[in-house]
Amino acid sequence: MARLTPDNVEIALEIIGRYPRPKSALIPLLHLAQEQDGHVTDEAMAHIAELVGVSAAEVLGTASFYEMFKFEPVGRYMVNICTNISCQLMGGEELLEHAEHTLGIRPGQTTADGLFTIEDVECIAACTEAPCLQVNYRYFHRITNEEFDQLVADLRAGARNDIPAHGTLARVRQRIPVDRRAGVVTPEDTAQPVWLAGSQEAKS
Amino acid sequence: MSSTEVPRIITSRFDFDDSHTLARYEATGGYGALRKAIAMDPAAVAEEVRSASLLGRGGAGFPAGVKWGLAPAEVWPRYLVVNGDESEPGTYKDRLLMERDPHQLIEGVLLACYAIGCGQAFLYVRGEMALAQERIAAALNEAYAAGYVGRNILGSSFSVDVVLTWGAGAYIVGEETALIESLEGNRGMPRLKPPFFPAAKGLYMQPTIVNNVETLSNLPWIIDNGGAAFAALGAETSRGTRMFAVSGHVKNPGVFEVEYGVTTFRDLIYSPQYAGGIRDDNAIKAFIPGGASAPWFFEEHLDLPLEKVTVDRAGSMLGSGAIVVMDETTDAVKACLRVVRFFARESCGKCTPCREGTTWLEKILRRILDGYGRPSDLALLMDVCDNISPGIAWPPKQTTICPLGPSAVSPIASAIERFRDEFEARITQADENRTSVPVAFPKAVSHV
Amino acid sequence: MSDTEAPAVDGVVVEINGHEVVARKGELLIDAAERAGTYIPRFCYHERMKPVGMCRMCLVEVDSGRGPALQPSCMIECTPGMKVDTESEITKKAQDGVLEFLLLNHPLDCPVCDKGGECPLQDQTMAYGPGESRMVEEKRHKEKPIPISELVLLDRERCILCDRCTRFAKEVAGDPLIHFIHRGNNTEVNTFPDEPFASYFSGNTVQICPVGALTASTYRFKARPWDLETTESTCQGCSFGCRISIDSSRDQIQRFSGVDIDPVNWGWLCDKGRFSSEAVNAAGRLGEPLLRTASGLAPARWSEALAAAAAALSAADPAAIGVIGGARLTNEDAYAWSKLFKGVLGTDNVDAQLGDGLPAEALLGLPRTTIDDLCAPGGTVVLLGPDPKEELPVLFLRLRHAVENDGVTLLEISPRRSGISSLAAVSLQPRPGETGELLRALTAGTEADRDIAGIPVDRVNAMRALLAAAAGPVKVVLGRSSVGESEAVTLDATSVLLAARPDTVFLPAVRRANIHGALDMGLAPGLLPGRVGLDAARDWFGSRWPSVPAARGLDTTGILTAAAAGRLEVLVLLGADPLADFPDARLAERAIAGVRTIISVDTLLNTTSERAHIVLAAAGFAEKAGTTTNLEGRVSTLSQRVTPPGTARPDWVLATELASRLGADLGFASPAEILAEISAVVPSHLGLTADLLAQAPDGLVLPIGATSGLPAPVAFTPTPAVPAPPVDAYAFRLVATRKLYDQGTIVQAGPHLSGLAAGTSVRVNPYDFDRIGVAAGGTVSVRSPQATLVMPIHADAGVPRGTAAVVVNQAEHRVAELMNVGDVICELLIETTS
Ligand SMILES: Cc1cc2nc3c(=O)[nH]c(=O)nc-3n(C[C@H](O)[C@H](O)[C@H](O)COP(=O)(O)O)c2cc1C
Ligand code: SF4
Ligand code: FES
Repeated sequence: MARLTPDNVEIALEIIGRYPRPKSALIPLLHLAQEQDGHVTDEAMAHIAELVGVSAAEVLGTASFYEMFKFEPVGRYMVNICTNISCQLMGGEELLEHAEHTLGIRPGQTTADGLFTIEDVECIAACTEAPCLQVNYRYFHRITNEEFDQLVADLRAGARNDIPAHGTLARVRQRIPVDRRAGVVTPEDTAQPVWLAGSQEAKS
Repeated sequence: MSSTEVPRIITSRFDFDDSHTLARYEATGGYGALRKAIAMDPAAVAEEVRSASLLGRGGAGFPAGVKWGLAPAEVWPRYLVVNGDESEPGTYKDRLLMERDPHQLIEGVLLACYAIGCGQAFLYVRGEMALAQERIAAALNEAYAAGYVGRNILGSSFSVDVVLTWGAGAYIVGEETALIESLEGNRGMPRLKPPFFPAAKGLYMQPTIVNNVETLSNLPWIIDNGGAAFAALGAETSRGTRMFAVSGHVKNPGVFEVEYGVTTFRDLIYSPQYAGGIRDDNAIKAFIPGGASAPWFFEEHLDLPLEKVTVDRAGSMLGSGAIVVMDETTDAVKACLRVVRFFARESCGKCTPCREGTTWLEKILRRILDGYGRPSDLALLMDVCDNISPGIAWPPKQTTICPLGPSAVSPIASAIERFRDEFEARITQADENRTSVPVAFPKAVSHV
Repeated sequence: MSDTEAPAVDGVVVEINGHEVVARKGELLIDAAERAGTYIPRFCYHERMKPVGMCRMCLVEVDSGRGPALQPSCMIECTPGMKVDTESEITKKAQDGVLEFLLLNHPLDCPVCDKGGECPLQDQTMAYGPGESRMVEEKRHKEKPIPISELVLLDRERCILCDRCTRFAKEVAGDPLIHFIHRGNNTEVNTFPDEPFASYFSGNTVQICPVGALTASTYRFKARPWDLETTESTCQGCSFGCRISIDSSRDQIQRFSGVDIDPVNWGWLCDKGRFSSEAVNAAGRLGEPLLRTASGLAPARWSEALAAAAAALSAADPAAIGVIGGARLTNEDAYAWSKLFKGVLGTDNVDAQLGDGLPAEALLGLPRTTIDDLCAPGGTVVLLGPDPKEELPVLFLRLRHAVENDGVTLLEISPRRSGISSLAAVSLQPRPGETGELLRALTAGTEADRDIAGIPVDRVNAMRALLAAAAGPVKVVLGRSSVGESEAVTLDATSVLLAARPDTVFLPAVRRANIHGALDMGLAPGLLPGRVGLDAARDWFGSRWPSVPAARGLDTTGILTAAAAGRLEVLVLLGADPLADFPDARLAERAIAGVRTIISVDTLLNTTSERAHIVLAAAGFAEKAGTTTNLEGRVSTLSQRVTPPGTARPDWVLATELASRLGADLGFASPAEILAEISAVVPSHLGLTADLLAQAPDGLVLPIGATSGLPAPVAFTPTPAVPAPPVDAYAFRLVATRKLYDQGTIVQAGPHLSGLAAGTSVRVNPYDFDRIGVAAGGTVSVRSPQATLVMPIHADAGVPRGTAAVVVNQAEHRVAELMNVGDVICELLIETTS
C-alpha cells in the first residue's frame, strides 16, 4: 500500500482544513503517510502533492529536510541514542557502541529480522537524564548497558505494547469538534477580531 | 527534580501525577486567568504582561510584552505561533511543561491571543516528542469540549482555534522564521531579518508573534497575580522565575525553577537542593551556561548570578536555560567536536559560510582527534570561524542569515582559547606517531 | 524596469564608497551600486527573481545609523543616509571567505566544464580568490551529470546551491519540478524520482546557473567560450520576438541565449526557441536548387532553376498564380517578394497565413497594445486566443508574472482548459461556435439568467462582473484558439466586445515567427505594404511601384480551392507546408494534386515541397541580415552569423533574380537598400532607418512618426453574428489546438527537440465516457463528414463535456483531415472500432 488509504485521506482532508493554506499540512500529512507504511513512499508523496496542490518535488523537498522521515523501510523499532554533549559526558557514545554490539548493526542500519534500526542522534531534550534514548520516540532515561539489553529482549519478546510500531507519532489526535470550531483565519480575513472592538488597543 | 522556597510559578503542578489533566488543572485554579482576562479589555491584559517584564525564554530573552507591541497596528489577521521545538543541546524544560502541564500552556496561548488579537494559534511541537503531543492533543480535546478553546470561549465573543502541529526533526526549525517556513509546509530555512521580522511579516506574511512554551506558560500566573507580583520577583533586568536544566558531570542533574537573576551558577551547580556538586567531587573544568550555542564559562564565572545582562556582559548567554557541566576529566577536543558536529549536522544549508564552514570545522576537528592534526590547524580553525563570525566576538557578528552558523564558533573559540595545550598535545602526538598523512588528504591543490 | 532612466523625485541618497549615489525608492543596494559603477559580486542574486540572500557573496559593510555591519546587498533596500563600504577590509575578508567556502567542495574540472571561460565562480576566483585550497580533506562526491530532463543535465558536485534554477522553476515558470532536497551540507538540487524537469522553460536554468552545474544536452562539450563569436538577434521560434544572442564557432551555430530586454523577454527563452539553434545546422538543409525529373527531384544549377521558375511565372495568367507563406522571412525578404508578385507580376493571390490565423484586416486593423501595456499593473486582460504556453511561451511568462506579481486580472475564454487557466481569475470554456454568444452575455447590460454556450450562468456572471469592473481599457490577446472552429466565430466575438467597449485594445496572437512582418509587407490579399488596402494605397504605390494589382485576390483557402478545381497554374510556397499546416488536409491534398507548377522556396524539404516541381534553396535564420517584426509591431534586427549551406540564397536575392528574368528591376541590391526603400515607401514604416534601429537595441514599435497625409490604414470591419449551430446530443464538437512541440520544421530539424512532440489522441471529458462505451486508453473511431480516423482516446477533465480535443500537426494521426474549412464547427461521432 502506498497511496493514502481512504480512511487516511479522510484524516488528511480534516487536517488540511485546519490550516489557512493547504501546504501547511504537508508535514502532518507526511507523518500520516509514515504512520501508514512505516516509511514515506514515493507514491504517498505524490498523493500528498495532489491533496495539497503542490508538485511532488516540493513534497520531497520538504520531506527530505526533516530527520524523522524515512524513505526506505526501517526497523519496527527505531532506537535513537543521543550522543550530544550532555549524553556524551555521561556515556552516550559508549551506550551507542554497546547497542551496536548487541544488535550487530551500525547507526543507520536495520537488523536482519527487520526489528531494529539504530541512529546516533542529536539532543532529544532529556539532558538531565543522560544517557538517554528513544524507541520510536518514547523516552528511556539514564540507561545502562544491562537495561538496554533488557529493553531489546523485551521488544523482541513483544512485551512492550506501550511502544507502537515505527511511524506512529501520537496515539491521541487532536479533534476539533465541528460545533466548537472557531474556523481557519486566512490572510484574506482582514477584519479586526470582534473581541477587540472597542478595546483601547484598537482605538490607539 | 526539586525546588524549594522560591515561588513555583510554572512548575507548581509538577508534583501531581495527573498534572496534565483538565480535572487537576481546574482543581488548582486553572483557567481562572482566562475567565478573568475575558472580563478585561484586551489592551489591559497586554499591559499586565508588559508590566511583568517577562523576558522570552526561548533563547534570545526579548521582553514578551514589547514583542507583542511590535505587530503593526490595524493589520489583520495576526497569528500566534508557539515555539515548542526545544532542541538546543542541554535544554530540557519546554518538554516538561508540555508533558506535565499542557493546560497551563494552552491557557497561556489563549491569554496571548486574546490580548494581541490573534485570529488563530499554532502550537508547533518538536516531532520527536510523542508524549508531549499526546498530552497536548488530549488537553486540547478536553479544553475544546469544556468551552475553553474554539468558538465563543466561555460564552464571550472571543473565538480562536488552537491547532496542534508537529515538527519532524530539524533543530533549525526552532529559529522563529524557520519555524514559520516549516509551518507553511516548507523546508525550515530561516528568513532574513530584516525584512522578515515575524511581528511584521511572519506566517503567510502576516504579523505573527512567536513565543516560547515556557514564556507563555507564565501568563496564567501573571494574569492571576498581576504583572507587578511577577516583576517583584527576580533581579532588575530578569524578573520572575525561570527553569534551568543542569546536566553533565553533576551529582544531581535536574531541572529547577529558580528565582531569575538571583541564584548564582555556583548555587545551582553545587547547592544540595539543586545539582549537588560535581560528580566524585572532581574539579570543574568548564560549563556551558545557556545551551550549546553559548560560549563556555569556567571556574571564575561560578559566582555570577543567573541574570541576563550580567551573563551577556561576561561574554556568554543564559540562552535557553541549559547548563552543561564538564569536570576535569573531560576531553576538551572531543567535547568541542561533539558540539560542532551538532551545528554542522543541523545547518539548514542556506548560507554558504554555515553550510560549508561548519562541516569543514567538523572535519578539521575530527582529523585532529584522529591524530592527523597539523600545527597550522589551530590557526586555520580560528580563521574559518572568523569567516563565519567576523571578529569572533560576543555577541557574535555573522556572515550568515541566522545565528546557527556563528554558534559553531562558540565551542571552538572557547575551547581553543582555554585548552590550547590539549589541542596542541593531540597535534604533537600526531607528529610523533605518524610518519605521513593518509592519502585521503592530498597536498594543497590549486583552484584555477 | 529601465536601467538607464535617471531616478526622479523619490530618489534616496546613499553613500557608496564615499560617493553620493541617488537610488530609486525601494531599490536594492546591489542594483543601486551597480548603476553607480560599483559591481558587487554575487551568485544567488538575479535581477529578474526575488532575492534570497543565500550565497552571502554580496556582503558589504552597511551603516544605517547604528554602526557598520555586514549585510547582503541583494536583500537590503537603500534607505536615506545609508553609508556603504564595498571595499573595506571586513568586506573583502567576508567575500574571500565565502569564495573559499564555495570552492571547498567544487570540483576542479574547469578544463572540461562547459562553463569554463564564462563562469562567474571561476572569474571571481581569478579576480579575488585564494590560489590554493586550505581544505585537505576529501571533497563531497556525487554521481556525475544526471539528466533531469531531455534537454538539461545536472552535475551536483559543481552546484553551489544558489537557488537560481529552483527559484526560476517555481517563481518564473511555475513548474516547480526541481527542488532542493536533503539538508545542510547534503543539500542538492534534484527532481522527484521519475518525474523529470519537463518544463518548456528548462533551458533558462542552464543560462542562469552561475557555475557549470546545469548544462544543455545540445551544447555539451561543443565549444569553448573563447572560440565563440557572438551576435545579437531576434528569435524566430514564434512571433513574440525574444531577443537572443547567437554564439557560433567555425561557421557553426553553437547555441542561443536569452538577452534581457525590458519590453519583451526579460532574458528568458522557451526551449523551442533556445534549442532551435539546432535547426540551423540541420541535416537535410538544402544547399542547391532542385528540379523535378522523371525520377524525382534532382539537383540543378541555379540558372536552370531560376529560368524554370521565371518561365512558369511569366507563362501564367496573374490570376492563376498563388503565393502562400512568408512568415519565416525577414521583412526585407517579404518586401522583395511582395514587390515582385504584387508590383511586377500583378497577382494579389498572396497570403502569408495558412488558413489557421485571422484575416489580415483584423490583425492589422484592430487597435493594438504592446506587451508591456498588456502586462501593466492592475489591468484586465482577456485571453481570446490560443494557449500562450503552447504557442507563445514567453508571453505566458510575462502574463504569469503580471498576474502573480502585478495584480493583473486574467479572464480566459478558451475551448478547453489551457496551460494558463490556473492563473485566470475566471476561465470559461464556451461550446465551439458559441463564443460570440458568450461575449454578448458578458457585455450585456444585465446579468445572464441562463446558462450560455454550455457554461453555468453563475460562471458567466462571475466573468461579466470582473469585465464590468475593469478599470481602463480591456486588453485582449486575440487569436485562433481552435482551428476546429471557423475564424468567423472569433471575429464575431471580437466585434461584440469592441462594440460594447470601444476602447478595447488587442495584442494579435498568431504565432509564426515573422507573420506580422510579412503582413506589414503586404503578403496578404487586398493589402499593400504598410498596413494599407489596395484601393486606399493605389495612388501611393502606383507612383512608387511598377504596378498595383487591379483587384483583391484570394487568401490561402481561396488559392487552395482554386488549385483543387484546376484553376491555378503556379503555386509558390514561401517556406510554407500547406499539407501539414492547412486545417483542411483533404482540400490541401486536392490542391497540391491539381496545380500545374509548384515552386517551393525553402531551407528544407517538407511534405509539400517534396511534391514541388522547382525547389529554390533558401538561406535561413542567422544566415542573412535583416529585420523582423513581432506581434506588437516591434521591429528589431536579425543578424547574420554563419554562411548558408552550399549555394543557398536569401529570399530577397531570389526575388530580384526572378524579377530580372521577368524583365523588371526591383531596385535594390542589399538588405540595407531594401530597408532604405521600406523606410521611404511603406506608409507604416516611414522613417524607420537603419541608423534609428542601430540606436534602439530593444527595437522600435511602429509607427514611429506622424501618419497624416498617408494612405488610410486598414481598419477592422465588425462582422455579422454567426448563428450558433444547434446542439447535437450525439456528436462531439471538435477542438483542435497546438502544442509547442509538433511536426513543424524547427522541432523536427533538431535532434534534441524532435522526440518531444508527443503525438495526439482524442481527449474527452471523463463524464462523456459512458456514452462512448470505451475505457480511457482504448481506441476509437473518430468520424467527421470528411474523414474517419482511428485514434486512442483519453480522459481529460480540462475538456468540456460534449467536445473532443485533438492536437494538430502531430505524427501519425492527421487530424486536419477531419475538418472542412468552410464549416463553423466540426462535429464528430466517436464510436467503438469493432
Ligand atoms: C538556531 C536557533 C534555534 C532556536 N531554537 C529555539 C527553540 O528550540 N525553542 C525556542 O523557543 N526558541 C528557539 N530559538 C529562539 C527563537 O528564534 C525565538 O527567539 C523564540 O522562540 C521566541 O520566543 P520567546 O520570545 O518567547 O523566547 C532559536 C533560535 C535560533 C537562532
Ligand atoms: S546560518 Fe546556517 S542554519 Fe542559519 S540560515 Fe544560514 S545556513 Fe541556515
Ligand atoms: S547575491 Fe546576495 S546573498 Fe547571494
